[in-house]
Amino acid sequence: MIEAVGLTKRYGAKTAVHNLTFQVRPGMVTGFLGPNGSGKSTTMRMILGLDVPTAGRVTIGGRPYRELPNAPRQVGALIDAKAVHGGRSAYHHLLSLAQLSGIPARRVDEVLGVVGLQDVAKRRSKGFSLGMGQRLGIAAALLGDPQVLLFDEPVNGLDPEGILWVRNLMKRLAAEGRTVFVSSHLMSEMALTADHLIVIGRGQLLADMSVEDFIAANSAGFARVRTPDGEPEGREKLTSALVEAGGQVLPEPDGALRVTGLALPRISDLAHAADIRLWELSPHQASLEEAYMRMTQAAVDYRSTQDARAGFQQPAPGYAMPGAPVPPGWGGPGGYPVLPGEQPNPYAQQPPAPPQQAPRQPAPGQQAQPPAPQDRAAAAPPPPPVAAPPSGEAPPAPAAAPAPAAPEGAAAPADLTKRDSEDAR
Amino acid sequence: MTAPMTPPPAAPAPQHQAQAAGQPYWPGQAPAGGYVSPIPVRRATLGDAIAAEWTKIKSLRSTMWTLGTMLVVVIGIGTLIALVTYNVADDADFGEDSQILGMGFVGILLGMIPLLTLGVLTISSEYGTGLIRTTLTACPSRGRVLGAKAIVFFALTFVLTLVATTLVALLDAGLLADRTPNGVGGSEWVKATLGVSGYVAALGLLSLAVGALLRHSAGAITTMLGLVLLPPLLSLFMMAESVRPIGKALATYSIPSQLAVFYGAELGDDGPTGWTPLWIVLGVTAVALGGAYAAMTKRDA
Repeated sequence: MIEAVGLTKRYGAKTAVHNLTFQVRPGMVTGFLGPNGSGKSTTMRMILGLDVPTAGRVTIGGRPYRELPNAPRQVGALIDAKAVHGGRSAYHHLLSLAQLSGIPARRVDEVLGVVGLQDVAKRRSKGFSLGMGQRLGIAAALLGDPQVLLFDEPVNGLDPEGILWVRNLMKRLAAEGRTVFVSSHLMSEMALTADHLIVIGRGQLLADMSVEDFIAANSAGFARVRTPDGEPEGREKLTSALVEAGGQVLPEPDGALRVTGLALPRISDLAHAADIRLWELSPHQASLEEAYMRMTQAAVDYRSTQDARAGFQQPAPGYAMPGAPVPPGWGGPGGYPVLPGEQPNPYAQQPPAPPQQAPRQPAPGQQAQPPAPQDRAAAAPPPPPVAAPPSGEAPPAPAAAPAPAAPEGAAAPADLTKRDSEDAR
Repeated sequence: MTAPMTPPPAAPAPQHQAQAAGQPYWPGQAPAGGYVSPIPVRRATLGDAIAAEWTKIKSLRSTMWTLGTMLVVVIGIGTLIALVTYNVADDADFGEDSQILGMGFVGILLGMIPLLTLGVLTISSEYGTGLIRTTLTACPSRGRVLGAKAIVFFALTFVLTLVATTLVALLDAGLLADRTPNGVGGSEWVKATLGVSGYVAALGLLSLAVGALLRHSAGAITTMLGLVLLPPLLSLFMMAESVRPIGKALATYSIPSQLAVFYGAELGDDGPTGWTPLWIVLGVTAVALGGAYAAMTKRDA
């Protein structure tokens, strides 16, 4: 059981992790998600006692890591695949760690077999590929056969076979009753591996819920309707008919309409009644990846700027790519629209004060009447629930946080540089 | 000290893995009480950390290179000087108080430099590669990690330097002892072997502490070389009346001068004599190691 209470880490003026409170329970895989630079690695390092929190505390089994008796037998960690001395062989690297932890030397051969590195064990790790480095790091984590396991981006650089292996390994470790805490920036990977999700952005908690709840709360279905090209009046007519019937309509960049709140047969009937032909009427399910992107988009630190060549390209069909021309009704560069009827993420717009001090309050009328598409352009992503004025001093990070979204979010992040884990200090 | 390198063949697969393979995965349905490892749990000690450091230091080529260079330089230059002196000098060159073991001085002065490099690298390479995070995860006690590194490094360099200086001293004495009026005294032997080795190993330990404080290989090596080479150089430029005392102190307490004391050099009336240089360097090293420990405890790894 890992428990963080009010965990905060500042590097000078930059707040890397702000007031994180969460628990990681045994017997399941807990995914730790967030964009690059959101504070995942910093949190991991604080759990392991490598970085000292500015405020708050984090404990494993009730004790801070540095005070754990027999720490390597209770906690194993893969922090960074590159955290080995390249001049040392895999075998000697693991042997020294085993000796340091008071683990019998023959355990080294066991874990080398588990990760499949037995044939290259005597080779210097300098020549290892990233995937082999990850395997070596996982071997080091498994060395003490510990109760608690932390993996920071374990599938980076692994081939599909390796990814499948890691996925099954995590699940097996959790099934044995261990606490497994895995960080990743890939939602799709976590959806397959994890049972529980902790999502952070810019060092703040965005979500702490089971994967099922996350899917239920964040993926909304919609229908895509396409009217014949070159007949914009037909499209407008259908739009008004659908809105009249109680549906929500959002134009997509390629001219299709995204409709929610109406069943497919009803849309067909309405089109028929309005005497409009349809080229497409198809059901869609918003993916988890998309839900995650929407949740974290305001918290992305590193956003690529528009490549000038994009101006010569046709808009991509389907979703607007960052940098593609954005039709009205869309949130702005890289912005994902808020799906009408979607439950706004209660964590996303939290005011900077700790949750218990500022109870989350739903924005007035958000369920009753979603705003018309034009208004939504200004409002996306989810309308901020009346941001309670931050109690006391306002920490720097949240000030730049989500609020009116796109333009600000796109401009802000340059200064919030990540403290890279591979930074050779 | 060394752990068995070859494990018993066909180590039986741990039982828990066999159990887990057959059992379906149900999130949250884990056995009560969490996971218990079948591997016997034993509290790790300083001895374990020393064994680990020994594995680390001997499994790197840089160790072999730096220590090999040290041995070649100390023994090679020492032998060369002894042979040249044997063939060129005549009996008139040896006075009452000539200290023939002092011919090992140049060799050890140059051979010291790779040792300083190794001392820095022992810890700064862990910071440079990020290995320190793995190490401190496996052993959260900073004191134990630093202590084990210091013990292993000091022991290794002391023993090897002792071997090299003893060989050179034996050669010097064997070739030239019968040509000096007084031969080679007992205290002269001890100082030129044990004393010099202790001084050089302590200096290596100081560079290990500097490496832990600066965490940057190139920076720490440069610092240590500067510490060895700059004071005698600076003292040359401090001949003006106003700064002469400073220049004199720099010359007296510079590392080459201090090392020369073990070979019987006289550093003026108020300079250190006998074993004093060793106590000075040990004191400085202890302070630096204390600082390194504090830095490792306080700073983020």
